[in-house]
Amino acid sequence: MTTTTLAVLVPLLPFLGAAAGLLLGRTAPGFVRPLAVLPTLTSLVLAALVAARQGGDTAVNAATELTPTGSVPIELALHIDGFAALVAVLVGLVASCVQIYSTGYLRDDPRYPSYAALVSLFTSAMLLVVYSGDLIVLLVGWEVMGICSYFLVGHYWETPEARAASLKAFLVTKLGDVPFLIGLFALATDAGSFRITKVLGAVASGGLDHPTLIALLLLAGVAGKSAQFPLHTWLPDAMAGPTPVSALIHAATMVAAGVYFIARLLPVFEASQAAMIVLAVMAAVTMAGSALAALAQDDIKRVLAYSTIGQLGYMTGALAVGDRGAAVFHLLSHGAFKALLFLAAGVIIHAAGTNSLAAMSRMRNLRDRVPDAFWTMTVALLALAAIPPFSGFFSKEAVLGVAEHVVTGHTEHAPAAAGWIVLVAGLLTAVLTAAYAMRLWLLAFRGRGAEAPDHGRQPLTMTVVLWVLAIPSLALGGFAFRVLPDWFDGRDLGPTLTTSVLGTGLALAGGIVTYGAWRHTTALAARIPLGAVSAHPEGDAAQVEAEAIATHEPAYGDIAYAPDPADPGRLLLGPLHRPAAAGFHLDAVYTALFVRPVQAGASLVRFLDREVVETYVRGAGALPRWLGTVVRRAQTGNVQTYVSALLAGTVVLAVAVVLVATGA
Amino acid sequence: MHLAYPAVLSALLFCTGLYGVLARRNAILVLMSVELMLNAVNLNLVAFDVWLSKAAEETLHSGQALTLFTIAIAAAEIGIGLAIVLAVHRNRGTADIDKLRDTSERHDPDGPDSDARTAEQPGEAQKAEATA
Amino acid sequence: MTLAATTGLLTAGPATKAAAETHGFLSPTGVEIAFVLVGLVTFGAAIVTVTTRQLVHAALWLVVTLGGLAVEYLLLTAEFIAWVQVLIYVGSVVVLLLFGLMLTKAPIGRSPDADSGNRWAALTVAVAAAAALVWVVVDAFRTTWIDLDGPAAGSTEATGASLFQNWVLPFEALSVLLLAALVGAIVLSRKAKAESAAPDARGATGRDTEGAR
Repeated sequence: MTTTTLAVLVPLLPFLGAAAGLLLGRTAPGFVRPLAVLPTLTSLVLAALVAARQGGDTAVNAATELTPTGSVPIELALHIDGFAALVAVLVGLVASCVQIYSTGYLRDDPRYPSYAALVSLFTSAMLLVVYSGDLIVLLVGWEVMGICSYFLVGHYWETPEARAASLKAFLVTKLGDVPFLIGLFALATDAGSFRITKVLGAVASGGLDHPTLIALLLLAGVAGKSAQFPLHTWLPDAMAGPTPVSALIHAATMVAAGVYFIARLLPVFEASQAAMIVLAVMAAVTMAGSALAALAQDDIKRVLAYSTIGQLGYMTGALAVGDRGAAVFHLLSHGAFKALLFLAAGVIIHAAGTNSLAAMSRMRNLRDRVPDAFWTMTVALLALAAIPPFSGFFSKEAVLGVAEHVVTGHTEHAPAAAGWIVLVAGLLTAVLTAAYAMRLWLLAFRGRGAEAPDHGRQPLTMTVVLWVLAIPSLALGGFAFRVLPDWFDGRDLGPTLTTSVLGTGLALAGGIVTYGAWRHTTALAARIPLGAVSAHPEGDAAQVEAEAIATHEPAYGDIAYAPDPADPGRLLLGPLHRPAAAGFHLDAVYTALFVRPVQAGASLVRFLDREVVETYVRGAGALPRWLGTVVRRAQTGNVQTYVSALLAGTVVLAVAVVLVATGA
Repeated sequence: MHLAYPAVLSALLFCTGLYGVLARRNAILVLMSVELMLNAVNLNLVAFDVWLSKAAEETLHSGQALTLFTIAIAAAEIGIGLAIVLAVHRNRGTADIDKLRDTSERHDPDGPDSDARTAEQPGEAQKAEATA
Repeated sequence: MTLAATTGLLTAGPATKAAAETHGFLSPTGVEIAFVLVGLVTFGAAIVTVTTRQLVHAALWLVVTLGGLAVEYLLLTAEFIAWVQVLIYVGSVVVLLLFGLMLTKAPIGRSPDADSGNRWAALTVAVAAAAALVWVVVDAFRTTWIDLDGPAAGSTEATGASLFQNWVLPFEALSVLLLAALVGAIVLSRKAKAESAAPDARGATGRDTEGAR
């Protein structure tokens, strides 16, 4: 088979798996698990084959036009360069792990068939985005991901949190998608084509008339999809979905799509200095703010969610300084260790019966209950905190190194101001990242208090994938920074001495300070009892998690916050703790700025509809009814009256006819 | 003879019958009035037949034949009509037309008439039996 | 209007007399006078029939009306129709009506509610219809005369010949109709089973529907 055929099969197989799963889910439950896992695994293998064949050489391009579509043609096009090939492998790997993990995690879930099919569809859409060489086809995958995320985040739709979160995820990403669509049209109009190769060619020859406008419009869509400030608010709430879905959304699909999109069209953004500055500021605010918020979260998954936003900030930061190699490098390593973090968090939530760190910090020996999750999560947290030699260190150093490179004026692609912004914010975030990673680890695994409940061993499907993902988290970085430049733009991704020392030192400092704070506060934990655990500890993991999410607010008073004085984050953040836990009240601001006016407008419209429009409708009904009541009185049942009226009418008619006939 | 005489007489008799049909309460009196109207028509038919048989050389005598038919049909009609009136009288205890108001518009617009009727008919039948 | 017709009759009389002087049992003027007189009696009897408060009297006045009409038929030389009228109407129909009055236990003597509340509407309609009809008829046949001379148009021979030459098929069909009416009348007025079964059945369905509800 040619590389093109293989590449077409990669997104097609999960799509067919999804269709078959949706069709057969009810009638043939035995086929659901193979239909969920096998197509995704096959497409992983095929993606690896495509990557091997492409090998970082010249991009594979193929296109076919289904039908003429007017002035700007839309084609089914493939464009596979080194970025696409490697990202597709990552997507396939994470999706396969998630599917295998889900068979255990949602073991007893009655809605597993539709869930698995939607995950397959999600994977397929992301692979389509990755491989697509045409912007409209890319948009199709982009939007399919949006609707899939809506369904999957709302998987526990019995809980109000999940319903609200799924709607929020959908609406906020759509809020970005509208400018995104307009930006795509503007870009295609300027470039004369939706083909990425032609667009890039037009950019190279300076053919764009409105680069800043286009870049900013596209940036809105990217901010929505990749959860960048100010459209990031959907992501923490999306934790109301099942953990494997969080892993999928956060590691490989959806949020990665925005970064990947900029990476593909980076020349378009580079054409506008203003867009690059905006991107840098966005990345910096996102990084620092989300790291602060992560330090204050009580829900273990919300900590990871904010950390995802922060790591995405690193990626957009790398793009803001004009190096997509570093961005995609961080995307790959982050995809591996973040998927691992989420899947391990799912195991921990199942074992502990709660998603609250405050409650976990009052459990002794939780790590002995889940040794696999403990060790793999330790690896992933070290990677997150960018401690050498874990993969996160190398990719993050690549980003910081590029920023330092720009600051020192060695590149013409990006403004030096962007370099400064990204470098400072990145170093600040490095401290905070290490701090919240340390806090998470300490609270989850070094708790003291009552013995952790024992629910027996976790399912094999859930623990094996953790070790599979631990390998790239551990080793990818050191191996890849030498190889990847061949696949990417050829720029060196190796860590530079200055930033390495600086970054590692700051990370270690953050970790040690957190440890000190924890030593200081942990004595309080034993004195103040806190926490609630799931009422059905023997249920499957999904049920435990759904109950944990649903009970967090009644138990602790807030979805993200717990009044726990033993939390080292409280000591470190001081007065910032409360606003950080609430995401710096950005949701409240949005509520005041957008939700309230819209609701007021809606109630005005409702008032107009009820009181004004419906009055006319009711009047239109009332007049005939009133006339009908009058006419009905004639229905006396007396036949003689009827005949009298009939004959009177006859006489009148006859007289009229005679008069007319005689011409009177 | 002037043709207007029988024609006017016929019209007057017809309208008298009309008044009777509309104003009389007893069903048998209504039937009598119907007979009056039929006879008025018969008079018309005969008068015009006599006129046309001479004036237009009409030899079919259709007017007189139709009069005979009308008389026969009227006889049949009066038989059937009386049978119906008797049946109604047996069932309802009355032959007054303006008391037979089952088709009137009830005060409850939604409820079907059958409800009220099934409820009241046994009572009426018993009344009829009691009076019979 | 009746007065007007009568005056019209008086003024039209000499012309008719001039036209048909020599033939007929009575002189044309005599026929017309007789016709008008009998017509007045007939019309008066009809009025009394539909207005009297005594039900049995109404039937008797109907006899007068129908008899008067028979005389009018005779005056129009339709003798066969006249005797049929006497036989069937006066002889049988009125008797039937009297039987009906009897069977429905019509009150003997004045009944105050012989007329329904509809009488004024009925009177209006009837007067309006009469005015319209008389006006039209008089207007249409002002100048038309019936020639009553020569062989009688409605003699039994002429009627019989016409009936059995040209009207045989309707005549036979009519006999079937009469048979059907006979059977129908018997079925309708049969008392035995229909009466005893009907209330029970109706009561049963009533109970059933109530039970179902």
